Amino acid sequence: MKAKNKSGNDMFQGMSDRIFNIVVILIAIAVCIVALYPMWYVLIASFSRPFYVSDGSVVLFPGGFTLAAYIKAFNTDSIWTGYLNTIIITVGGVAVNMFFSVTLAYALSKKELPLKRFFTLFVAFTMWFSAGMLPLYQTIRSYHLTNSHFGIMLSFAINVYNVFILKSFFEQVPSDFEEAARIDGANTLTIFAWIYLPLSKAALATVTLFYMVSRWNGYFWASILMTDDDKQPLQVVLKKLLVDQTNLVDAETAITPDTLVSGTTVAYAIIVVATVPMLVIYPFIQKYFKSGVTLGGVKG
Amino acid sequence: MLLSLKKRLKKTDWLLLLLLAPGIIWLVMFAYVPIAGIRMAFYNYNVFKGFTGSTFVGLQNFKTLFQGADFPRALRNTLIIGGLQLLFCFPFPIFLAIVINQVRIKFLGKLTQTLTFIPYFISTVVACGMVVSFCSPSTGIINLIRNFFGLDSIYFLVQAKYFRAIYIILNLWKNSGYNAVVYIAALAGIDEGLYEAASLDGASRLKQIWYVTLPGLMNTIVVMLILNVGGIIKVGYETIILLYQPSTYETADVISTLTYRLGIVQNNFGISTAAGLFESLVALVLVLLTNYASKKFTESSMF
Repeated sequence: MKAKNKSGNDMFQGMSDRIFNIVVILIAIAVCIVALYPMWYVLIASFSRPFYVSDGSVVLFPGGFTLAAYIKAFNTDSIWTGYLNTIIITVGGVAVNMFFSVTLAYALSKKELPLKRFFTLFVAFTMWFSAGMLPLYQTIRSYHLTNSHFGIMLSFAINVYNVFILKSFFEQVPSDFEEAARIDGANTLTIFAWIYLPLSKAALATVTLFYMVSRWNGYFWASILMTDDDKQPLQVVLKKLLVDQTNLVDAETAITPDTLVSGTTVAYAIIVVATVPMLVIYPFIQKYFKSGVTLGGVKG
Repeated sequence: MLLSLKKRLKKTDWLLLLLLAPGIIWLVMFAYVPIAGIRMAFYNYNVFKGFTGSTFVGLQNFKTLFQGADFPRALRNTLIIGGLQLLFCFPFPIFLAIVINQVRIKFLGKLTQTLTFIPYFISTVVACGMVVSFCSPSTGIINLIRNFFGLDSIYFLVQAKYFRAIYIILNLWKNSGYNAVVYIAALAGIDEGLYEAASLDGASRLKQIWYVTLPGLMNTIVVMLILNVGGIIKVGYETIILLYQPSTYETADVISTLTYRLGIVQNNFGISTAAGLFESLVALVLVLLTNYASKKFTESSMF
């Protein structure tokens, strides 16, 4: 990197490398704008009056600043019901995820596991071949797990990719600790709980976050399994509010510069309200997430 | 013989098997029982009576499925959307990673990575909600821009010809940053000395990318390709179910959305299961084929 001009007096190359640098910088800036702008637009439009949103004058900053759309959004009861259900499903669901995934991954990571090859294949096979939507749906129904928070927590307890991420972390823990503990008379459960888990904090954090994001954002299965309105998580509620755009504002009267709220601005406010929790924790999770993505990708 | 078995049993770490048990039991209940449920594809399955009340029909469900008007369309759309995904959404994160790696302003590189990663955390529903709002003919920003240039508003989401472009753009925006992470990590692992040597040999920066960066990424690219090719047939149905409507089925309806409509909307369990099985089998074959091909041509493979 430092050597970019070592080949030195070749004027042409120096020129072309400078052009290259500028082009790369321009591309990076363009990418940043394209990535950020849709989110920025949602934010500024949510604080604007509908008149200015629809006459196109909201471009970089809110037009006719107002919080009316947020008041309307906060007064939508179904959002709070959805929030509550999502929190229950996420907290309980991630606990269930971690219990099943960590124990399985630990057992699979051990050389002494009887029939290790068979069990590993037994687990890995489900990554490459799945039963498909209907048989899974029918199975969950036959266990009477529909319309229940616990049902959705249990039905999606394991993502096999995450199990393999954890397994390869456990395999990297040096075996010296375990041998020492064995000599002191510790059994497998003690070793698992007091040696391996504390040593794998980073991996556990990564996988917890993977599960958290997928629980929080999960839509499809919740939409077909949770048919009772009062049990539906946020994403299912949001689908009705944002994609179908029904009942956001009672009647669309003519919009004047004084109009404080419209279906459009409420939709933007709801997007912000629904997304903020994930984005607030984003800086904290970015670090862990990256290590997990990398490991998951390379190890498959 | 008996003695050695006894010895082995005695040596077996039962506590380890205790830790194994919950996961294996779960997989049996939620992965293998459904796989056994694929039998439905060969029955005239009655939801209320179960297998005992249903008749075995052999391949009749497959016949009905393949001869139905919706299937060829869904297959065609799956291949086109999957192909477009492979053509645009697969290479772009590689390009993005190289840009982030090559930017000589460190702060800008970090910023690019952070900003492109954020949309991944936005849920599919919210992202689709943004698409619906942005595409609105009266207040959507895309049409406002069109109006600004004197063009008429277009109702993008009800016209079949725009669906695939919307789908691909949404995917690019939402997932590129996330998918780039693995390449960025691989790029960080390339030996700096290789760049210096190339530079001494008079290679321009562009040539260094061709001769140093890309070969250094090849293994990762192949692994990601194998992981992605199976996904071609299973295109992101969540997004499609959220955004499509009868007027765009022509270009949007894929096999998984057809499976969903047949089974969950129309309660046609046998035919829906047959469609799902077709999809799973094609995915499996694609993964095995790519793996075989990459073993043969590049020496990298998954298994």
